[in-house]
Amino acid sequence: MSIVTVQLGQCGNQTGHEVFSALCSDIRGTHGLCSKKENESYQDACKERFFCEEESGGTALKGFFPLSGSVLSGVQIWFLSMAARSGLWRYNSHSHFCQKQGSGNNWANGYSVHGPRHKEAIMNLVQKEAEKCDRLGGFFTIMSMAGGTGSGLGAFVTQCLRDAFPTSFILNHVIWPYGTGEVIVQNYNSVLTLSHLYHSSDALLVHENDVIHKICAQLMNIKQISFRDVNQVIAHQLGSVFQPTHTAGGGPGYSRNPLGDLMETLVPHPEFRVLGLRNIPQVPETSLAYSTFSWPGLIKHLRQMLIANAQMEEGIDWQVRPPQPGSSTPSTNKPLHFNTSIANLVILRGKDVHSVDLGSFQDPSLYTSWLNPQDAFNAWKTPRAFNKYEKSASLVSNSQFLLKPLDSIVGKAWNMFASKAYLHQYTKFGIQEEDFLDCFTTLEQVISSYTNL
Amino acid sequence: MEEGVVNEILQGPLRDVFDSKQLITDVSGSGNNWAVGHKIYGCQYRENIVEKLRKTAEHCDCLQCFFIIHSMGGGTGSGLGTFVLNLLEEEFPEVYRFVTSVYPSGEDDVITSPYNSVLAMKELNEHADCVLPIENESLFEIVNKIHQMINSGKLGSTVKQNSLVTSSAGSAKTLQEKPFDAMNNIVANLLLNLTSSARFEGSLNMDLNEISMNLVPFPRLHYLVSSLTPLYTLADVNVPSRRLDQMFSDAFSRDHQLIQADPKHSLYLACALLVRGNVQVSDLRRNIERLKPSLHFVSWNQEGWKTGLCSVPPVGHSHSLLALANNTCIKPTFIELKDRFMKLYKKKAHLHHYLQIDGMEQSCFSEAISSLSDLIEEYNELDATKDGPRIDPSRLKIAV
Repeated sequence: MSIVTVQLGQCGNQTGHEVFSALCSDIRGTHGLCSKKENESYQDACKERFFCEEESGGTALKGFFPLSGSVLSGVQIWFLSMAARSGLWRYNSHSHFCQKQGSGNNWANGYSVHGPRHKEAIMNLVQKEAEKCDRLGGFFTIMSMAGGTGSGLGAFVTQCLRDAFPTSFILNHVIWPYGTGEVIVQNYNSVLTLSHLYHSSDALLVHENDVIHKICAQLMNIKQISFRDVNQVIAHQLGSVFQPTHTAGGGPGYSRNPLGDLMETLVPHPEFRVLGLRNIPQVPETSLAYSTFSWPGLIKHLRQMLIANAQMEEGIDWQVRPPQPGSSTPSTNKPLHFNTSIANLVILRGKDVHSVDLGSFQDPSLYTSWLNPQDAFNAWKTPRAFNKYEKSASLVSNSQFLLKPLDSIVGKAWNMFASKAYLHQYTKFGIQEEDFLDCFTTLEQVISSYTNL
Repeated sequence: MEEGVVNEILQGPLRDVFDSKQLITDVSGSGNNWAVGHKIYGCQYRENIVEKLRKTAEHCDCLQCFFIIHSMGGGTGSGLGTFVLNLLEEEFPEVYRFVTSVYPSGEDDVITSPYNSVLAMKELNEHADCVLPIENESLFEIVNKIHQMINSGKLGSTVKQNSLVTSSAGSAKTLQEKPFDAMNNIVANLLLNLTSSARFEGSLNMDLNEISMNLVPFPRLHYLVSSLTPLYTLADVNVPSRRLDQMFSDAFSRDHQLIQADPKHSLYLACALLVRGNVQVSDLRRNIERLKPSLHFVSWNQEGWKTGLCSVPPVGHSHSLLALANNTCIKPTFIELKDRFMKLYKKKAHLHHYLQIDGMEQSCFSEAISSLSDLIEEYNELDATKDGPRIDPSRLKIAV
């Protein structure tokens, strides 16, 4: 099954570019550490998911990317030529949609003006891409929530996708901005985006810039961190989720329906759709050759990262423990800082995966009471190593991971809303105060639901 | 209108840049009279102006914004300039209007400059999307500072000549000749940096409409204090990263602002940092973290930073920074303007030059001054919240 990718805005496009470069260089790498047959199977599965063969013989990405902004030609040409230079893959030259006028960091502009204006052109492109697929496995969008295009146009496009393809899976990869401003109105844009996506998307997979920045600084030892560095870490983490794997119940081949499997395992209830991602180990490339990892060690760390809501492998709080079994009212007795999960998915890649013991993740005390731990936990594995890491473990979690950041964004946006600052910028494009209030209500509901797990 | 000035430009090195068909000139100026510029020349040339605007606009794939560059104290720039501003709003309502205005200083030699400025302010309040006020005093101080650096002998010989923000020709002219050229060059650099993200690539582009979106929280509070660093580059390239951090610190110092104001000790509503050159997001974040504690931001915008990264530095520099602040430090400029206006107005000095123009009435003056007073009052209200206790509004409660 194929996934159609939609990259929106500057962030979406810059990140998306790194993601697919990472996937491509992984499948062509020689570090697979597995049998040739396995490797070929892996390569085919990856290509089937995201890429298609062009008539000219090259490999092109299935998907398209609306770009906007005044440096339009420069940015777009840069991407196309960057990909061409590497020779590994490129964007299909017909699958892009560009407009010169940016959205000016204005969600309302992206959603109410550019969206409807370009709906037909965009949906035609999407239809064409979808038709190219033998079997459409769903849509994967990459966007930021702070700006105007990724967020506003992104929310609009997601809605259109939902209307046009009511039974397809839609996964939105959303980048959360740095806490201290990249954009002043980022909290408004975020609130508007998240609440709208909640109504049309199946799940939101979140990366926070602050977290990735810390990983770059502390784990990867990068001195002068650029957006490219940040995007490469994100690309590695996403790749670790989306590269082919064998699911537990599936047949001998690689899983053919990644988005469907993801939704099935992680989103049992429509009220809870926010997914967080953790990946270990993460070390500078120069240290890789000298590092060894053991599965028990990795699993132990990953589990504690889940429980203590740690964002990376350094600085994990080992004092946090799950509540003792047998408590009568689990939610009130849960110790503070303990991260309750609804569902978890662990993805293991590399040497000796079949011997790994994941029992610790099936501990009922990690989860809410309304799901059977057998259903709440799943594991995907492949012996094929990923991106030069001999062993790599990822955790995709539907839990309270993002409760605090979400609460913070809503709080700051509410604070600004109460003083009515910047509202005239949104009302002039048709987003009124009542629309804001609806969005706040939706998100307060989500916060409340996650808090009461 | 100033035929003489226009002719001089047409004979200079940039004559080919200007399309002569797009120029409108008249023999005389406006006699330092806002009413002559706005009412007389405005009416007279209105159609001509609209026609030329439409022609130019048609050539654009996508018209994003208009830049108006003028002074407030004279007659043509101030009067006709604000007339054109009105026109732009009528004819092209969706296109942003950025205005770079040179405000008169205290020792201005035009006696009626307070009248002209206040009359123009009303128009700016109502029809501009964004105004970047500039004061000649500040430009002159910056020019002097650079001149001292070059001629002090200590470090003078190690200043890279083509990196001066005051000179495009690559050599520092002596102060006696043409100080205005040097001062204007600073403003030119301001505009270059402002538009750099629209002309070059970068990892975090910042369009012009994003500036208006992020820096204007309330429609009338659209006056932005700007500062440019560095003013020059030393030829010996040691200690790069300390220089980078110094660049950020300088942007907030009084000496680098293009108006006589001190943003550090007033209240920030919002701040934008447009960086050019080899600067990455981590450098930006590090400096914001470092400088934040010494700056006062309004309670509902504690993290009110807008940032842009453009990869291409200006000529002669490895990196540069333009800071735009929406800050209450601009209030004193407006208060002083109001005071100077009132001094003349109370005595009705020179009023007859204006009132004798068709379309001008006493009410134009009273409306203009009341518009300015209202603006000052809005800044006052914000300042009042500066040192008060911070009370966050209570959040929506959801029934569980």
